[in-house]
Amino acid sequence: MNRYETVFIMTPVLSEEQAAETVDKFKKFLKGKGAKIKHEENWGLRKLAYPIQKKTTGFYQLLEFEAPGEAIGPFETEFRRDERILRFLTTAMDKYHVQYAESRRNKAKDKKEKSSEAKAEA
Amino acid sequence: MSEEIRYLNPIDIETKQEKYCRFKKHGIKYVDYKDADFLLKLCNEQGKLLPRRITGTSLKYQRKVAQAVKKARHLALMPYVADMLK
Repeated sequence: MNRYETVFIMTPVLSEEQAAETVDKFKKFLKGKGAKIKHEENWGLRKLAYPIQKKTTGFYQLLEFEAPGEAIGPFETEFRRDERILRFLTTAMDKYHVQYAESRRNKAKDKKEKSSEAKAEA
Repeated sequence: MSEEIRYLNPIDIETKQEKYCRFKKHGIKYVDYKDADFLLKLCNEQGKLLPRRITGTSLKYQRKVAQAVKKARHLALMPYVADMLK
């Protein structure tokens, strides 16, 4: 079981629910292959640095998961088959990447706690 | 009458600031392809990668930066070609 991280971009034409639905579709696919989703992030609608398929914005989604190696091939063909996905990138995570991801998550959590405390005081 | 030429104020020879590898110094072990603004610091206005002789990064981390920038470009987090990026 290796650690992988996938970032993919969905076309902006989708509504929020359709975007969430495509994400669930891929998560179900992964679970079907015996993978465990460690962390996921939705960056929402973001401007692209250059137009892809004539679109200048896209829904970004990050999925960090642990999966057997054989699951990645079919996972990527699933991406290629789905026309709602503009672009995807799966990277294997070495130990430094894993440490970095964890520290990034803690930082995000602290920020959230801080902001929630600030709101509580205000 | 070989009077030396005395300068009014001492000429300040431009002291060469010691270049260092920012990854070794701050102990950064992994270059993340997702935060584009850090990678932009290592690119020029056209979005091209700065050479090692200017940034001073060591070869090992320059390769990691190059891979990260290419992944960021693939995911449209960074442009392939840009003008006045900064």
